[in-house]
Amino acid sequence: MSDSTDRSPPGTPLSDEAIQQGKVLTLEWPSSLRYAWDTGVAIGRFLAELKNGRIIGRTCHKCERVLVPPRMFCERCFRPTDGWRFVQDSGAVNTFSISHLRWDASRIEDPILVAVIEIDGASSGGFLHYLGEVKPEEIGIGMRVKAVWKPPEERTGSIRDILYFRPS
Amino acid sequence: MRRVAVVGAGLTRFMRRAQESGTELSWLAASQALASCGLGLKDVDSVAIGSAPDAFDGVHMKGEYLTPGAGGWGRPVTRPYAGGGTGVLMPIHAWHHVASGLFDVCLVVAEEKMSTCHPHPQGAFVTIFDNFLERPLEPNLIWIFALEMQRYMQTYGITKEEIALVSVKNKRNALDHPSAQVAEEITVKDVMESEVMVSPVNRLDVSPVSDGAAAIVIAAEDVARRLTDKPVWLDGVGWNLDTAYWTNRDLAFPAYVERAARMAYKMAGITEPRKQINIVEPYDPFSYKELHHLEGLLLADKGGAPKLTADGVTQRNGDMPVCPSGGLLGVGNPIAAAGLMKVAEIFWQLRGEAGRRQVPGQPKVGLAQAWGDLMQVGTVVVMRVD
Repeated sequence: MSDSTDRSPPGTPLSDEAIQQGKVLTLEWPSSLRYAWDTGVAIGRFLAELKNGRIIGRTCHKCERVLVPPRMFCERCFRPTDGWRFVQDSGAVNTFSISHLRWDASRIEDPILVAVIEIDGASSGGFLHYLGEVKPEEIGIGMRVKAVWKPPEERTGSIRDILYFRPS
Repeated sequence: MRRVAVVGAGLTRFMRRAQESGTELSWLAASQALASCGLGLKDVDSVAIGSAPDAFDGVHMKGEYLTPGAGGWGRPVTRPYAGGGTGVLMPIHAWHHVASGLFDVCLVVAEEKMSTCHPHPQGAFVTIFDNFLERPLEPNLIWIFALEMQRYMQTYGITKEEIALVSVKNKRNALDHPSAQVAEEITVKDVMESEVMVSPVNRLDVSPVSDGAAAIVIAAEDVARRLTDKPVWLDGVGWNLDTAYWTNRDLAFPAYVERAARMAYKMAGITEPRKQINIVEPYDPFSYKELHHLEGLLLADKGGAPKLTADGVTQRNGDMPVCPSGGLLGVGNPIAAAGLMKVAEIFWQLRGEAGRRQVPGQPKVGLAQAWGDLMQVGTVVVMRVD
C-alpha cells in the first residue's frame, strides 16, 4: 500500500527571506531565567581548592581510582568515596580541538584551543580546559602540559582560576 | 512475551524551517503512519511521544504540548527522552507498551522544531555542559564532537579524507529520499575545503539543523498479522547509558553503543552481527560518527570502519549497506525525529518499499541505532521480516 517514494511528504519549508520580509507572522519572546546553583559537596571543595591554586580529587578504594573531577560517591561501585587526594596541576593532552565558533555558533577570528587534559595523579582523564602559549599546529595528543594559574588575588573559586594549560 | 511488530510509518519533509507548528508536524506524521496501515485513532491504545529539550521551543512539557497532534487525546501517553537517542528509544519504549500485554497498538511520534531557537539552537545546547566545570569556558556544542573525532582519528590513524567519504555517500543516498533537506552530490574535496567549524570538523562533516516529524505504529503479533502480510518484527531492543563524567572516558570507542548492541543482539538471537545484519542505519549526525558507531555495534573492527567505507561495502549495493536513507547528513537532523526516520527506513527497506533507495537482495534483518546526550546514550533496535 505504501511506497515511501511515490508521494511528496507533507511540510511547508520557509525561507529566511519569508521571515525577514515579514511574509510569515512570527512572535519573538526572549526568555529570562536566572539560576543560582548549589555546587554540591564535591565540586564545592574542588572549586575552593582551585582558589588555593591546587587540584583535588576523591579516592575509591574498591575500584582503586582517583577521581577528577571529585565526587562523593563512586558511580561504578555505588558506594561513598573514601577520601580527598591532591593531584598535580600537570598532565597530558588526551584530545584537543581548535574552535572557530563561539558558544552561540557565531564565527571568531582568533580560534579557541580546547583540550581534555589527563591530570597527573588521576586515574583516567581529567577535565576540559583551554590550551595556551601554543600554536594550533604544534598541539598533539600526548603532549605534556602544565596549568597556568591566575594570580592568587584574582582567583574566585572557578574553573577559570586556571587560565589555560601550556606545553611543558 | 508476545512478539511486537512495526506495521506502519509516516514522515514529513525535513526542513530548515517549517511553517507548521510542532503540533501540526506531529499530526502530519502521525496521521500518515495510521493511514499507511489502515488504522484510525480509535484503534490506538497508547501513545509514546519523543521530542528534544523544551528549551529548544520555549514550551513547557512538550509531550503534553504535542499531544493533540500526536493522537494522545484521552489516551495513556508517555514521553521518554534521551537526546539524539530518542528516535530509537521511542520504539524500544513502545515495545514495552505492547510486549507487556498492556496495549495492542501503540502510536509512536517523534517531532522536532529546531528552527525556533534564535539565533541558533546551538545556544540552547550550552546547558549540556557541566554548570561549574565547563560552562564558564563558554563551550560550543560542536567541541564535544570535535574532541571525540580527534581522539578517534589519532587512536587508529584515520584521515579526514577517509571520514569525508561518509558525507559523500550519505548526501548522495539522500538524493533518492523525498523528505531530504540537504541531499546533494559532493566530493571528498568539497568536504575538505568546506569551512572549518571546530577542527577537525568541517561544515560538510555536519548534519543540518532541522524541523520535522516521524511516526510509526507498533502492534502485537495477532493484530500485526491481521493488518499486514509483512509485519516487521522488533526482535531486539537494547539501550545503555555511560557516565556523565565524559572527560574520564575513552572517547575512541563508544562502549555504551556496544553494550546496547549486545543487549539487542542477545534478545534477537544474533550471534554474528557482521554476517547476520543485512542493513544498518547507525546515527550519523557527523560523518565520523557513522564509523565510530559501526565499530561500537561490532559491525566493524576497532578502527576498521573506514576501510569498509573505502571498499564500497557500505554502499547500497554493497555487502552491508549503511544509511541507505541518506542518514542525518543527507536527509536532516530534527533531533528526536531523526532516529525514528532511520527506524522507518529499515521498516520500508525490509518490506521492499524503499523505492529508488531499495537495497537489493531482499534484506531480512536490519538495525537502527541512535545516540545522544554528552556522548552517553546508545539505543539499538534489531528488526526482522519473516
